[in-house]
Amino acid sequence: MTVLISLRLSAKLENLGGFIGPLSDCAKAQGFERGEISKIELAAEEALVNIFRYAYPEAPGDVEMICKEEAGRLTIEIIDSGIPFDVTAMPEPKIADGVHDREPGGLGVFFIKKVMDEVRYRRENDQNILTLVIQKDSR
Amino acid sequence: MKIDVGEERNAIVMSLKGRLDAAASSEFETALSDWISKGHNNFLLNFTDLEYISSAGLRSILAASKKLKERSGKIFLTGLHGPVEEVFKISGFVSIFRVFATAEAALKEI
Repeated sequence: MTVLISLRLSAKLENLGGFIGPLSDCAKAQGFERGEISKIELAAEEALVNIFRYAYPEAPGDVEMICKEEAGRLTIEIIDSGIPFDVTAMPEPKIADGVHDREPGGLGVFFIKKVMDEVRYRRENDQNILTLVIQKDSR
Repeated sequence: MKIDVGEERNAIVMSLKGRLDAAASSEFETALSDWISKGHNNFLLNFTDLEYISSAGLRSILAASKKLKERSGKIFLTGLHGPVEEVFKISGFVSIFRVFATAEAALKEI
């Protein structure tokens, strides 16, 4: 597996473009289609923004993004040392609800699961490690 | 992201260009909210030149919609295409907002 990106920045919203820009360029260079690149950007943004907002309620911290490729499969690892948060354990939002019954949270996580081929979470050495996988031309 | 605002018939038309991501959504929410506090009730959001939207962008639209609901205001949408349309579909937002093929068709309904 080839490591294409390894990036560590502080967990702040201002750094969103600093993560998404290189990820998007990298997916493009790997031959992913425009629609697939949007899915990659969406899943990564939702995961990163959750970390920016909730992972470090007390002291500031970092986020690391590692992007690897093997046989047309792009694997994005997003790692933080914040409070434990298992994206894969979040319940699905009730998307059929009317405007006023909708809770603001949950939608981002739903998008991650919906657009990626695989979403895995593990807690290791006091870190949250979220793994997102997308296969080229998968659908 | 760039926001162009115009007033047509009885509606404020906001045309969004670029990316409505978490970094841009607060600017958009403030813009919408400013027009609402000036007393405008009807909005048409034109997404023809919008390339990307995330849940943060959807949340800004939802927040405005909640404010408008209290006074029977409306948000209509047009220009949904590509990845933006996909996000509206998978989130179920296409069924909670009125979506029109063209700005003209939407303005007739406002």
